[in-house]
Amino acid sequence: MTTQAHEAHAHGHAHAAPTGFIRKWIFSLDHKVIGIQYYLLALVAVFVGMFLSLYMRINLVWPNMELPLVGTMTPEKYLALLTMHGTIMVFFVLTTAPQSGFGNYFLPIQIGAADMAFPVLNMLSFWFTFVSFAIMLAAFFVEGGAPISGWTGYAPLSAVGEIAGPGLGMGQTLWVVSIVFFCAASLMGALNFITTLIDLRVKGLTLMRMPLTCWAWFVTAVLGLLAFGVLAAAGILLLLDRHAGTSFFIPGGLVISDKLIPHSGGSPLLWQHLFWFFGHPEVYIAILPGMGVASHVLSTFARKPIFGYRAMVFAMCAIGIIGFGVWGHHMFQSGMNPYTAFAFSLLTMGIGVPSAIKTFNWLGTLWGGQIRFTTAMMFAIGFVSLFVSGGVDGLFLAQPSVDRGLHDTYWVVAHFHLIMGVAAIFGIFSATYFWFPKMFGRMLNETLGKIHFWITFIGVYCIFMPMHYSGMQGQMRRYPDSTGIGFLSELQPIQQFITYAAFVTLGAQLLFLLNFVWSLWRGERAPMNPWRATTLEWIIPSPPPHDNFAGNVPSVYRGPYEFSVPDQAEDFLPQHLTPAEVGAQNGKK
Amino acid sequence: MARKRPFQGSSSRGSAAVAIAIAITLVLITALTCYYFIWPKWWFPEAISADARDVDRQFMATLWVTGITFIASQLALAWAVVRYRNRGQRATYSHGNNMMEIVWTAATVVVFVGLGFMARDAWASLHFRSAEPGALQIEVTAQQFAWNFRYPGADGIWGRTKVSEISDSGGNPIGLDPADPAAADDLVMPVFSVPVDREVELILKTKDVTHSFAVRELRLKQDTVPGLVIRVHFKAEKPGQYEIACAELCGLGHHRMRSFLTVLSQADYDKWLAEQMALKREEMGLSEPEPEQPKQ
Repeated sequence: MTTQAHEAHAHGHAHAAPTGFIRKWIFSLDHKVIGIQYYLLALVAVFVGMFLSLYMRINLVWPNMELPLVGTMTPEKYLALLTMHGTIMVFFVLTTAPQSGFGNYFLPIQIGAADMAFPVLNMLSFWFTFVSFAIMLAAFFVEGGAPISGWTGYAPLSAVGEIAGPGLGMGQTLWVVSIVFFCAASLMGALNFITTLIDLRVKGLTLMRMPLTCWAWFVTAVLGLLAFGVLAAAGILLLLDRHAGTSFFIPGGLVISDKLIPHSGGSPLLWQHLFWFFGHPEVYIAILPGMGVASHVLSTFARKPIFGYRAMVFAMCAIGIIGFGVWGHHMFQSGMNPYTAFAFSLLTMGIGVPSAIKTFNWLGTLWGGQIRFTTAMMFAIGFVSLFVSGGVDGLFLAQPSVDRGLHDTYWVVAHFHLIMGVAAIFGIFSATYFWFPKMFGRMLNETLGKIHFWITFIGVYCIFMPMHYSGMQGQMRRYPDSTGIGFLSELQPIQQFITYAAFVTLGAQLLFLLNFVWSLWRGERAPMNPWRATTLEWIIPSPPPHDNFAGNVPSVYRGPYEFSVPDQAEDFLPQHLTPAEVGAQNGKK
Repeated sequence: MARKRPFQGSSSRGSAAVAIAIAITLVLITALTCYYFIWPKWWFPEAISADARDVDRQFMATLWVTGITFIASQLALAWAVVRYRNRGQRATYSHGNNMMEIVWTAATVVVFVGLGFMARDAWASLHFRSAEPGALQIEVTAQQFAWNFRYPGADGIWGRTKVSEISDSGGNPIGLDPADPAAADDLVMPVFSVPVDREVELILKTKDVTHSFAVRELRLKQDTVPGLVIRVHFKAEKPGQYEIACAELCGLGHHRMRSFLTVLSQADYDKWLAEQMALKREEMGLSEPEPEQPKQ
């Protein structure tokens, strides 16, 4: 058995442990190294993104200040920061860390594989992402600076070039090129994830015995496969409009600054449809892995099987399917046919159902548990709280009539930040505190971790809850400051409060960075299974050897969340233990 | 039988403090969130049309549903965290309960989708019917970064516009065609007024990129889309001046794309319109002789 598996490994993944630095750490084929590369890229990106949001928060309260690196702030600089903040956070953090980062590292291990199905494709996928990130950052440094059209890049603002505003020349072009590269990378990643999960599961690991994290990465990969292709197409069409004289998104007769735009026949709504056909599934791409992690961590530290495993799987699949039928709710006020708005609205209300099922099941998992408050667990609990908050405020936006008042206000900013921003980030943090010991062989400092949790948890509520109130008052998003519209000055106290809360919350992230870097070298040595967890990543050393199971590939005998099984010596039953081994373990005690 | 192991978070004493702290935080977040939703200072500005009040009613219905869900979920989470913290007990061994799954799935379907159906009426009255016959028509042309409101003038006819005539610097932002006599008396203004209790139909256009016409008090927001003509209607019931803002990112001046809607009594409106037309005639008298308007 062992020999066969070893041979299968040797033939299936013909790459031995590399010795040189470049093959080991730079152009690595090892899914674990690639996972860490993705994670570190996301870590750099998230600090860039936070830095941009800090400057935005400053400008909203103290407009046009002199700031380091950017000079005097102006409305166009604010909009450039806003565009880059959104783009970097959505693509290079929320898509990259939970799926490509943790997914790459742990999907193969949790299914008992030695690597991804296509290691070279995996490496290419990372390097495409890297190039994409470099191109995106380059947009800051070209003439005119970064684009000001928002992360949604609505045409024709994004299509007609710099006549419509600064940053819409070279900066916008780099933005589109970067996005297309990112799409290519994500498509490669998605194919790899899907193939790996279908083909490389070990014996006994049926679909319904997979950890919910694997289900989440799988559904996310399917979403990515279907969504990124559409965005890539849209991006290429936009490039053609910009540089090849086509008119996919630009209608005739546009006059900007008294100059007639030489295009005709295109449709701005086409861009919106294509963008949101990707953009809404993208929200689930960001949050589904977080759901998987939250389920995994809640069950582990409540020492209790996940409540309603099947319901959780079906809910994720339902979210994946319905997720492709709701993009129109971003376009209720766009001039789209109002009858379709009603259909999109009902589907959107409908997607609240699987989300609610998941919440019920998380609560059910905690109910009757024996909760251990590790930092990972606290972030998972925070995830549930934020997921509820950011979920229920979406029910308002899902109704086109109510959305008429709230569309493009801070209510929307609050909603998507809570659910796809902060909740997803809490999923990433939970995963980091949970898996760091396995990835780096060291424990993160729990005290620092808990301080980090408290400031972040209270901080994000202080930042995003008040935005609902300013949204109701009509505070528009994407306004660099409040000087242009009269009623906004009354809302400045809310803006000030949010900015102060943002200072504190963003500052607390330095604690995380400190903890991360310090623990890499100085953290307590991690044992093989510090959390007494059940899934396969915990039966191999921390960090795992090059081929994960060192040829000693396990079989799986039970579901992933067998905690507190009655009449057992231990309160957890690992997936790989044979019934005989379990009996021996009990007899021994 | 509970077995203590020296692993992170396993101490029962630490558990109590953390559990209670999390629970108190959740309760406080819930209470403060609800308090500020109830506090009138940050409520919507007063609605000034029947449609806007419909929207508010639907908002309230949704607020009840989501409010109860929000409070119940956060409190349940707080309770579970305290009640089931590690005290050395053994966790219940359970994989769930299919009946409960069916019940809460069905309940959520009924509530959420039901709410969606309820919302249909408010949306239908805004968008599924066109403006009442005899509505006052005003054409709105958005541009970077201003609003142009056009009234057809004394003749009641929209003059022809031509893209080639558009000139912001020449004072013809929407390109009225000087060759068309019907265009000569068209009023084009950066702000607009309407009579109270009168159905108004806005004909929304844009010259350049996508903008969005938004008046908070009307709960009205509609993108103006290049290449499309979009009609919306409203009937304002309260005289006053209401601020118009742009709601769709349109460039570096997006945040100062401000204008005003003034709702006047019929008498004041007539007077205002007459004044505007007189001004226009005067202005035309200075630039070129006023052509006789053919009466229809």
